[in-house]
Amino acid sequence: MSFNNLDTLYRQVIMDHYKNPRNKGTLNEGLTLEMNNPTCGDRIQLHFIIEGEVVIDAKFEGEGCSISLASASMMTQVVKGKSVEEALKLSQYFSNMMLGKETDSDDLELGDIEALQGVQKFPARIKCATLAWKAMEKAIDQEDEM
Amino acid sequence: MTPLDVKQDFPILTQTVNNHPLVYLDSAATAQKPQMVIDAIETYYKYDNANVHRGVHTLGQRATDAYEGARETVQQFINAPHSKEIIFTRGTTQAINIVARSYSEKFIQPGDEIVLTPMEHHSNLLPWQQVAKRTGALLKFIPLEKDGTLSETAVKQTITDKTKLVAITHVSNVLGTINPIKEITTYAHEMGAVVLVDGAQAVPHMKVDVQALDCDFYAFSGHKMCGPTGIGVLYGKKQWLNQMDPVEYGGEMIDFVELTDATWKELPWKFEGGTPIIAGAVGLQAAIKYLENIGLDKITAHEKMLTDYAMEQLKQLDGVDIYGPTERCGLITFNLKDVHPHDTATVLDSYGVAVRAGHHCCQPLMKWLNVTATARASFYLYNTIEDVDRFIDGLKQAKEFFGDVF
Ligand SMILES: Cc1ncc(COP(=O)(O)O)c(C=O)c1O
Repeated sequence: MSFNNLDTLYRQVIMDHYKNPRNKGTLNEGLTLEMNNPTCGDRIQLHFIIEGEVVIDAKFEGEGCSISLASASMMTQVVKGKSVEEALKLSQYFSNMMLGKETDSDDLELGDIEALQGVQKFPARIKCATLAWKAMEKAIDQEDEM
Repeated sequence: MTPLDVKQDFPILTQTVNNHPLVYLDSAATAQKPQMVIDAIETYYKYDNANVHRGVHTLGQRATDAYEGARETVQQFINAPHSKEIIFTRGTTQAINIVARSYSEKFIQPGDEIVLTPMEHHSNLLPWQQVAKRTGALLKFIPLEKDGTLSETAVKQTITDKTKLVAITHVSNVLGTINPIKEITTYAHEMGAVVLVDGAQAVPHMKVDVQALDCDFYAFSGHKMCGPTGIGVLYGKKQWLNQMDPVEYGGEMIDFVELTDATWKELPWKFEGGTPIIAGAVGLQAAIKYLENIGLDKITAHEKMLTDYAMEQLKQLDGVDIYGPTERCGLITFNLKDVHPHDTATVLDSYGVAVRAGHHCCQPLMKWLNVTATARASFYLYNTIEDVDRFIDGLKQAKEFFGDVF
């Protein structure tokens, strides 16, 4: 049997992030945000330090499937060092990508996140991929309110 | 025994999914429907549809006969003493909520104890949490043994003369544990408590006799037993139902109505406000006839054969954790080592094999098992040995696929 169909979902880059997550851990300062996916019990905890509208540091911890954890790893990697505005643009880009909408990446530095493109063909898994991004948006929201 | 051979009765099971013939192993979530049930609903809508208990025209009478006939079929199916003890609901969840609302309002006092188990579906947990908040009653949980069963000692230590109500699942939708309901009702009654049984996972798979169990309330859903969605049953002893107030007020359930007050009908109609689920009841009746025609005992034996075979096969794979006791109903909850159940389910799905992954509406039980989620394969009368083989093959693929990763 061939893995063709599955290979569009489980790209090597994704598996690499799953196996060797980047930015896994906690931060002693900054803000912490926990988000879960109530339909499956996946849970992610984000730690962000934002200073002067820039994401200085980002880490995550969590329990979840390959897609949700790889997505968290990629997300933290790509938003670190970016301005809050860019981070939100990336999130918008990602969410459009999940919906299968063609969008211009507008010179955004995408890092590895495009590897998750295949998830759009697996509608049941889109929520896994977007969990970390939703948490990130919420973290930025909270920072705004402070 | 000869295995059942009824897959061809279920049109949905003849399709391919992701280029493979569909193997449906998620009947614990909802069962597929045989042509006979689909036909019964279609015939009802084509020839007999009208509102019930209203007007005098011919169709109205036919619809009423169909609806009330379905009630009698349910009564006989679970051996209830009276058909007025059968209340049609939307499903198990609504049935439990009716008791939680109405029985508690009348009979539960601050400080009374309500006994549950940690293996309850959220449907048989959240309503009681709310009762506890509203009435000041306390929730107590019968601790589980290591294998996910209930011991007699634990039952007797938890149910006391302070217990007013025991709400317990007949069969666990995660562990497959079959609880000793008869023993529990006997003991609870000695202590002066009533017993509600969540039968969602039992009625589809085994002969249930509410008089033999002597439970006070019994709830189940049509959609898990080859019937349509949107119909379920609350059985209750009339001595309790008669004393309980309606939960929903409106048309259909009334006797006399004045501008500022009203009286309502007797059982069972006082609990069925609004136009009832007529086509649903007709579909449920057809499902019961379908199952009875095959024989519940044969269905139980068939599922046991499939489960035993699947267990044997699973034990030959390395790195599979299986949850629940040896003596179990037709479902297997498991995890592959180092593979998240979501990923397991996605790989299986790509081979046309449908299993459930997640917390199965049992978050506290997941905590008890010390996992965040699990995968679950559940069997029903239409599954075959070949289905189990396809499932095991799919698992081997998943292990291979993810094995490369680690
Ligand atoms: C043990 C158990 N109880 C209750 C329910 C709830 O049934 P329903 O969603 O049909 O109301 C289910 C099904 O999901 C179940 O498995």
